[in-house]
Amino acid sequence: MLEKDSVLVEGAIKEYYFNHFDLINIPANLVQREFGYQKINGGMIRHIAIKDSKELHLLLMKETPSDVYCSNAYYSFPNLPMSEKDWQGADLIFDIDAKDLALPCRNDHSISICGACRGIAAGKQTTCTSCGSAKSETVSVTCKICISESKKQVKKLMRILADDLGIKNEQVQVYFSGNEGFHIRVTNKDYEVLGSQERADLVDYVMFNGAVPETFGIKRQNIKSALPEIGESGWRGRVAASLFGAKSKAPKISRQIILDGYAAFQARLDGMRQTIGARVDPKVTMDIHRIFRLEGSVNSKSGLSKIQCKNLDDFDPFLDACLLGEEQVDIVANYPVVIKLKNKKYGPYANERISVPKYAAVYMICKGLASAV
Amino acid sequence: MLQPGIMDLAKYPFLTEAGEYLRDKGFNLEQLGHPDWTPLVEKAYGRIVVASSGQVYGSDMEMLENPDMEILSFIVAVILLKASGIPTLARRFSLAEARRAEKYLQQDLWSNKDRKNLELPLKIIQELFGVQVIVENDEFVIKVADYLQRAIHFHEKEWKLVNRRVKNGLVYLTSHETVRLIRTELGQYINSKIQSITLPPIPDTFKARVQDLVSLASRFSDVVVVSTDYPPCVKHAMEVLERGENLPHSGRFLLATYLLARGQTTDQIAPLFKNAPDYNERVTKYQLEHISGSSGRGTKYQCPSCDKLRSENLCFAIPDCDGIINPIQFGKKRGRTNA
Repeated sequence: MLEKDSVLVEGAIKEYYFNHFDLINIPANLVQREFGYQKINGGMIRHIAIKDSKELHLLLMKETPSDVYCSNAYYSFPNLPMSEKDWQGADLIFDIDAKDLALPCRNDHSISICGACRGIAAGKQTTCTSCGSAKSETVSVTCKICISESKKQVKKLMRILADDLGIKNEQVQVYFSGNEGFHIRVTNKDYEVLGSQERADLVDYVMFNGAVPETFGIKRQNIKSALPEIGESGWRGRVAASLFGAKSKAPKISRQIILDGYAAFQARLDGMRQTIGARVDPKVTMDIHRIFRLEGSVNSKSGLSKIQCKNLDDFDPFLDACLLGEEQVDIVANYPVVIKLKNKKYGPYANERISVPKYAAVYMICKGLASAV
Repeated sequence: MLQPGIMDLAKYPFLTEAGEYLRDKGFNLEQLGHPDWTPLVEKAYGRIVVASSGQVYGSDMEMLENPDMEILSFIVAVILLKASGIPTLARRFSLAEARRAEKYLQQDLWSNKDRKNLELPLKIIQELFGVQVIVENDEFVIKVADYLQRAIHFHEKEWKLVNRRVKNGLVYLTSHETVRLIRTELGQYINSKIQSITLPPIPDTFKARVQDLVSLASRFSDVVVVSTDYPPCVKHAMEVLERGENLPHSGRFLLATYLLARGQTTDQIAPLFKNAPDYNERVTKYQLEHISGSSGRGTKYQCPSCDKLRSENLCFAIPDCDGIINPIQFGKKRGRTNA
């Protein structure tokens, strides 16, 4: 990021931590957590222990980090190297990101920025339309469809957590990630002790990975096959609902499935992962030493904040998480799509000098679509 | 507090109460050294020999006339093992005894559905392993987290949580599955008991059998020495086998294909599997020849990729593995960078 851009962004972030420190969620067992942060154009600094909220506030004000992270794990010695930290447990975390959902709208709000000539083009391009360079970076901007689809995944996950895994709603906190998805944190004593391999199997469960036909009554030998019924609990019930739709259709569809055989049913199950499984990023859940974006902090990919969604249905990240300053700043913007923040549309712009609220300026700069003047 | 009866102790002689029972009955080691007790020492020795060959020592409880002998022979076996100081034998014995107990646990869970005597097997599982099992109709129910911590050690897909009935944070299992889940821990528990006892001076009648155990163990010692050139996944597979523990099929396949690719012959590789709990010379030879392509359709099987091993939980990558996609490349790549 250019010097003048980083001055603007850092200033906005500093102001945010000064005015909105109350939005930072001080995690339980604060002293046992590992903190880390990044500064604009800087590397990751981690293995930091924080003793109280004052010290955290001081760090945010003094360093003005572009991104702040806190471990989902708790350690006896969070500031020591990883092998000496003495892992005690970790919250169960899930990451749902719109970019992993392969939605058809994706190309409409993606912009390619050439790494060589900084040329901008709409959609995901493999080569630069101006200079032909193959080095390009794709950024994605505000999209309501992406958010709405991500919310559906969150709801699917929450139902599995509650109905199957016995995790109460009050033990689950949902956060907007600050860019294009949601982070879910579970605080439940039974699950916090699980290691990485156990979490890998748990994430396969919520994603509906690795299911075999036998679980649903279909055997290789095709004898005594009996499919689950609508209304059964867990995956058997969900598979039945997905296969039959309505109870009345069950006998006819059942006969066909049994006739199609084992391999065909395995293929059906594999296909169902996309529709009935919760599409989370498995790497995040499996990682028991991860430092996860701090709740309430600013995400430098967008300038939006990672904030809690108390009411998921009504939550609009491009309004509710847009918390940087409102005063007008001048920038030069260059992008071919419309960005909508706080119910106001910005763009498209062709290298135009514009005056916009600070939150919008930071959003565009963070996405690489504008520059301070 | 468990209050097992004598028949229970014969089934589960590793329980602390078994030692207490014998003490209460006035048995001591000196007395057991008397030639009158030779059949007991032989029984104990036999129990170890059976275990070392990968079999499960069978006590037919229905026919059992002398439960004291069952308990005593276990204790004497533990003393013989401790005196011989051979970890491989102790591990094999522990695993075999765990499998023996597993059979009884399952029987007890199954036959006591009327709940008359269900308390003991459930208490063993709860008190020794901290797993609370609830009985619901015909099923045994445990917490998801307790299940996951044990089931991840199994590689068959049926053990994946997604293939289980899960509801409200609980997993529903059969009696067989419930006890299968704790087999490894039971083996570790028995092994830890062997390790933790302080060996008293042993009677002379025991000493000959201790010597026999040392020679018995020598047949397990001809395993290939693990070279530092092997990738960690292969080393792990070798170590599991060396310990006499069960290596899943995918791990055995990795080991065989890797060593074949490194130019070893099936005759050189076969002894590695000698320690497997289910070792069968004929079957091992057949499998190796099949994999090598010298029998069957002549297809020579390739070493599985790192990706495949990762998904089978057989990957134990170290920094030296960076940049390789198949264990075969391990070391070769490193050699080039150093050159």
